[in-house]
Amino acid sequence: MYNARKLVLAHLWAAFAVFFLALLLGEWQMIVRSPLHAWINVPEHYYRSVTGHGTAMAYVFPTLIAMGLGYAISELSLKIPLIGIRWAWAAYFLLVGGALVAVAAIASGTSSVLYTFYPPLIASPFYYIGVVCVVLGSWVWVALMAINLRAWRKINADKPVPLAMYANVAGAFLWAWTAVGAAVEILFQILPVALRLRETLDAGLARVLFSWTLHAIVYFWLMPTYIAFYTIIPRAIGGRLYSDTMARLSFALFLVFAMPIGIHHLFADPQVGSGFKFVHTVFTALVAVPTLLTVFTICASVEIAARLRGGNGIFGWLKALPWKNPAMLAVALSFVMLGFGGAGGLINMSYQMDSTIHNTQWITGHFHLIFAGAIVIMYFVIAYDLWPHLTGKPLVSSGAMRTQLWLWFLGMMILTIPWHLAGVLGMPRRMAYFDYSNPVIAPEAWTVVSGVIGGALLVLSGILFIYILLRGHRTAPAPQPEYTFSIPVHAVTAVPKILNTFGIWVALMIALTVANYGFPIAHLMSLKTSVPGISVAK
Amino acid sequence: MSQEHPGQFKRTVLVTGALLTVFAFLVGFYVLPRAQTNTLEGIWQGICRAAGLVPARSPSTDVASPELSSVVVPSSMRGSGSPEQIGRGATLALRCTMCHGASGLSAANSPNLSGQYADVIYKQLIDYRRGARVDVVVMTSLAKTLSDQQVTELAHYYAYLPKPGGRVNLNDAPALVRVGDPIRNIAPCASCHGSSDRTANAPRIDGEPRSYLERQLIAFRSDARHNDVNGSMRNVAHQMTSTEIAQVSRYYAALRP
Repeated sequence: MYNARKLVLAHLWAAFAVFFLALLLGEWQMIVRSPLHAWINVPEHYYRSVTGHGTAMAYVFPTLIAMGLGYAISELSLKIPLIGIRWAWAAYFLLVGGALVAVAAIASGTSSVLYTFYPPLIASPFYYIGVVCVVLGSWVWVALMAINLRAWRKINADKPVPLAMYANVAGAFLWAWTAVGAAVEILFQILPVALRLRETLDAGLARVLFSWTLHAIVYFWLMPTYIAFYTIIPRAIGGRLYSDTMARLSFALFLVFAMPIGIHHLFADPQVGSGFKFVHTVFTALVAVPTLLTVFTICASVEIAARLRGGNGIFGWLKALPWKNPAMLAVALSFVMLGFGGAGGLINMSYQMDSTIHNTQWITGHFHLIFAGAIVIMYFVIAYDLWPHLTGKPLVSSGAMRTQLWLWFLGMMILTIPWHLAGVLGMPRRMAYFDYSNPVIAPEAWTVVSGVIGGALLVLSGILFIYILLRGHRTAPAPQPEYTFSIPVHAVTAVPKILNTFGIWVALMIALTVANYGFPIAHLMSLKTSVPGISVAK
Repeated sequence: MSQEHPGQFKRTVLVTGALLTVFAFLVGFYVLPRAQTNTLEGIWQGICRAAGLVPARSPSTDVASPELSSVVVPSSMRGSGSPEQIGRGATLALRCTMCHGASGLSAANSPNLSGQYADVIYKQLIDYRRGARVDVVVMTSLAKTLSDQQVTELAHYYAYLPKPGGRVNLNDAPALVRVGDPIRNIAPCASCHGSSDRTANAPRIDGEPRSYLERQLIAFRSDARHNDVNGSMRNVAHQMTSTEIAQVSRYYAALRP
């Protein structure tokens, strides 16, 4: 790396610090709403914690990871020093500052609106301003990624863009466009009320705008994980990437299909017509295409690694895999969680089936399994993989890493699978407390106790993770081999222009967003519905 | 995808995207609305319905519905009032003292207003004035004489007065107050009415007269009182038995020091 080493390290440390604190909040929430602990009698404290946990985990943590990884990829794959490093630092401080302001607003008890904002609930304006600063900081990153790619193209006209950078910029463009929904919601609906310039807002319209962001943001969280699948894992386990083209196609399709699907979060909202709900269901189903492409390509790449190590037979090669390698273990565990989570997701996206589990604990189970499970476990791998190159010191504790990954996997499964069940039984999500001494709901109490146990394993895993990284800083420096991304089976000499650029994919992304969101938004704006904003500040 | 025909690949992508979109819209806006044969609507009406354009209900079929609360509490009510507002409110409040007591503490089983939230008083007075809450004998006629400014001043004055009473120990409270009854969709009283949390427009009720609380709960239960936003209080009261109403009213009334 050239001069972004400190920048990347700062991003990753800030991300994991935020992650660890929010993890503790999560476990506290599990404890106080379980029958193991007497009810604290203050739901406000619970919702304050949920708001902090959600804001940190959904907005700050993954954004910092995507940015840090993005800067690293820019230097490591393009092999040119990062352009605009001062801007990058400014964006970093803007983001961290914004996060601190938002957290202060939450901690003061004036902003317990949960991270999905839930208008017409109105928090302190500082909360929204903090979140907006986080988004603004990330937009600087988007611009820098585009600028760096452009600078590289100038010297490398017609050469294939390195896969990692192609994926990275796809993620950046996706984020730039998807963040627009929530930004418009905050700036034109919520913030004027929070600043007391207006009394009312259109809650239905605000929710539609939020759904614009809400689903695609998940794919923004997913991007670093998919980048790790394609460009880190095959190399880390001694294999080859099965297909570079398949990888590019997957990222391009995510760019297109992540956007026009958010209304599946609004199946129970009466202000959106059923026709649009169906259309969004169809496009949500299409996300299966890049997902299955990825599962296929990564399984094939892993099989190549196994066969290179002498594995044979239809399934016998599985034994030849380097299971002691943390990267191998993580990708396997991630796929298991992705499988369960994806299967649950099929129910969420179906207009009819969703009504069974809408707004129940199932949903909490689903996104924890996918995001906190399948995605975050790969963030750990990204850190393990990059750390020696950032610090110049090796990470020696492979056994501790495997323990950490297993703890995370087990904790997440013990936490989320009972949540799914509780949801099917009808337990609403985001409830501060249930009285499990009530015989009618007493049989569901174990699902919450299980959450406490799962959460405790996750906290242990988090502590171990931070310990491994800290120990990495204290190891004796050792020369590191040059950082490489995985090599495809067939050397990439030329790539179709369409998979080397973004024009058509960005155009499709915008066109489909307009087709699927244009009418509902225009219609709701024309209705001029309004409800009074409700301040949650005491 | 051949290297020699990049244009062809691009065309395939665009055509596939367009076909998918057309297919999704066709099914969502034509096939599915047509499949719902219980309506006598035409093709165009079906498309409009699927798009979320709901025709306005004809007024003739509407049953006369009670006047509902339409109050928008201005953001100025979120803070405390200026000394001038509070002073003017104190003067205006002289006409309230007969029932609500000289310092907002009633000796006549009328609600105590001392230390009540400003937004609550504002909303109730406007509701009385507009007819969403009805008390023909006293409050309706009194509220009709008040301007918006006067309502604001009264609200700030009563909010400014000290709230008697100390911190409540919720562990002594009845289960309905503390944790509600989720199976019957009854939220805990304490989660909106103070003690553990507060929701906008929900009044403090600790120390209010027992007969007043009971009367209000019974009125909510029978829909005689209907100025609660989105029926939030009626939904709770509909589920409550007379014993429970008496129990929670007794509990809150006893919190009077």
